[in-house]
Amino acid sequence: MEILGIPIQALAGQLLLGIVNGSFYAMLSLGLAIIFGLLHIANFVHGAQYMVGAFVTWMLLQYLGISYWWALLLAPAVMFCLGVAIEYVFLRRIYELDHFYGLLMTFGLLLMIESIFRYYFGSTGLPYENPLPGGINVGFMFLPYYRAWVVGVSLVVCFGTWFMIERTKLGSYLRASTENPEMVLAFGINVPLLLTLTYGFGVALAGFAGAMAAPITNVSPTMGTHLIIIIFAVVVIGGLGSIMGSIVTGFALGILEGLTKFFFAPASTTLVFVVMVLILFIRPAGLFGKERP
Amino acid sequence: MPVSRNFQIVGWILVAIAAVAAPLVFHPLFAMQILCFALFAAAFNLLAGYLGLISFGHAAFFGVGAYISGYAVKSMNISPEIAIVMGTAVGAAMGLAFGIIAVRRQGVYFAMITMALAQLVYFICHQAPFTGGEDGMAGIPRGNLFGIIPLANNYVMYTFVLCVTGLGLALIYRVVNSPFGMLMMAVRDNDRRATSLGYEIDRVKLQAFVLSAALTGLAGAMKAIVFQFASQTDIVWATSGTPVLASLIGGIGTLAGPVIGAAVMVALENLLSGFGEWVFFVQGAIFVFVVMFFRKGIYGELKGWAERNGGSRPASRPADVSSGPVATMPQAISKSAS
Repeated sequence: MEILGIPIQALAGQLLLGIVNGSFYAMLSLGLAIIFGLLHIANFVHGAQYMVGAFVTWMLLQYLGISYWWALLLAPAVMFCLGVAIEYVFLRRIYELDHFYGLLMTFGLLLMIESIFRYYFGSTGLPYENPLPGGINVGFMFLPYYRAWVVGVSLVVCFGTWFMIERTKLGSYLRASTENPEMVLAFGINVPLLLTLTYGFGVALAGFAGAMAAPITNVSPTMGTHLIIIIFAVVVIGGLGSIMGSIVTGFALGILEGLTKFFFAPASTTLVFVVMVLILFIRPAGLFGKERP
Repeated sequence: MPVSRNFQIVGWILVAIAAVAAPLVFHPLFAMQILCFALFAAAFNLLAGYLGLISFGHAAFFGVGAYISGYAVKSMNISPEIAIVMGTAVGAAMGLAFGIIAVRRQGVYFAMITMALAQLVYFICHQAPFTGGEDGMAGIPRGNLFGIIPLANNYVMYTFVLCVTGLGLALIYRVVNSPFGMLMMAVRDNDRRATSLGYEIDRVKLQAFVLSAALTGLAGAMKAIVFQFASQTDIVWATSGTPVLASLIGGIGTLAGPVIGAAVMVALENLLSGFGEWVFFVQGAIFVFVVMFFRKGIYGELKGWAERNGGSRPASRPADVSSGPVATMPQAISKSAS
């Protein structure tokens, strides 16, 4: 089927791929935004945490025979604990310092975590079996079940997170702590605990994204590093100021990337960065940014 | 400031001895690697320590500097000094482009933008035919300096690298202690005040960025001639962390710090070269350790120790940022986000 000489099947395929990528961009930049909003730490190790999430999923199946569906719950739980531990041991010691130390420390953690996994698993990817094989022909394209599942679940997770932060009591504590932690502390709310839990939640989100990614990409120690740089660009484009902004920007860039892959493939790897440059010229604070540029 | 003065004199004597003895005690290549990375780190520190702009994308200038000079010597038969100048010039031009884009944001955003731009450059270099892609560029001849002095001899090469690095560091020293250097520190400590005094702070940042990028390109260009290869390891994202860590270990915002830090880093890398992946693990661990317990760095701590034991008042020379209480890091960042 062709419209205006464009093969619709191929276009839709790339578009779907773009939406799938966008789901991961959205989930990861969302976690980054939540962590930065409250802890003021640009979590450089976010990509590595996504990678560890994928590895936990792989290991659960490989060593314990635990299926994908349970891993989808267990991997984020494991990552939550890891995040709490990292916050407790490392991050809480540097809250008083300049924000840049957070970036440096998490960069160090990234180097450590990635090197451990490279040492034990090498750089080549490990395959993970698709838990939802097959797909459905929706007329203009073939829709694999698993990709549809990824998009659906990530939408639910993203908007669930948005709802929790913007519309619930716990979320209001969170937002208040972002604005004025001393005041919230004075009202008797345990802000340090809130910080720990928030970091744990952000890391769990990265771990969840990793678990979702395992059947799509090969599970490899380097899968997160390139992604985190893209996520940084996404965050610069969207601004770390708003939750919804991260979600929208993540999906939009994924879709744009998919379209680029179809129309001019060589530019697809650099597209996000080019968009970032353009946005910095047009709107230096980012699309949804509130801070001074 | 008699103690501070003695400290300085002792320092200079040590530097002179080290510079002469290094190629005799260690392998000349090892000594040259330290010099290249010292210049790399000092160029990064010019931005980080004195202007409060922390770039995570300096690998782009270093890598492209290496590619350009390597290509010029190997494929165009250009003499090494011209090739190094070319690498420096391209570094400066890229610095201008990066700078125009990146100075629009500050703090952690600045770091993210420089990192993203460096990744963009990495992809372009990965696809460009002249870089050799995955394999890199090997067998770059050292050639003859000014057409007459053969650089194939390691000791001759060392002398040349020592001179260039020395000049680069002297330039940084001169800039930091010039009115422009004062202006950089004013922008770092209070950018609004500097603006109110009529300075265009974005312009200051841009000029410093170009200088830093040019010196980084110079370091990379020299490295390609010394080691006779240029590859992806020069431009990959992890390389951007090298000058950050070197400056941090030695002492951000000090002139000697990055040089000391680079020596420590290169020594460590050589010591651990047999352990493969663990190099990165140890580097990461050092990052974490230094951020938690050792933020002033080696030089900063030494200086503080010398001042405390001398009983003299802390040196008030403006270039010595490390002597301030916590002022090893830009305050502009915390201000912008609060």
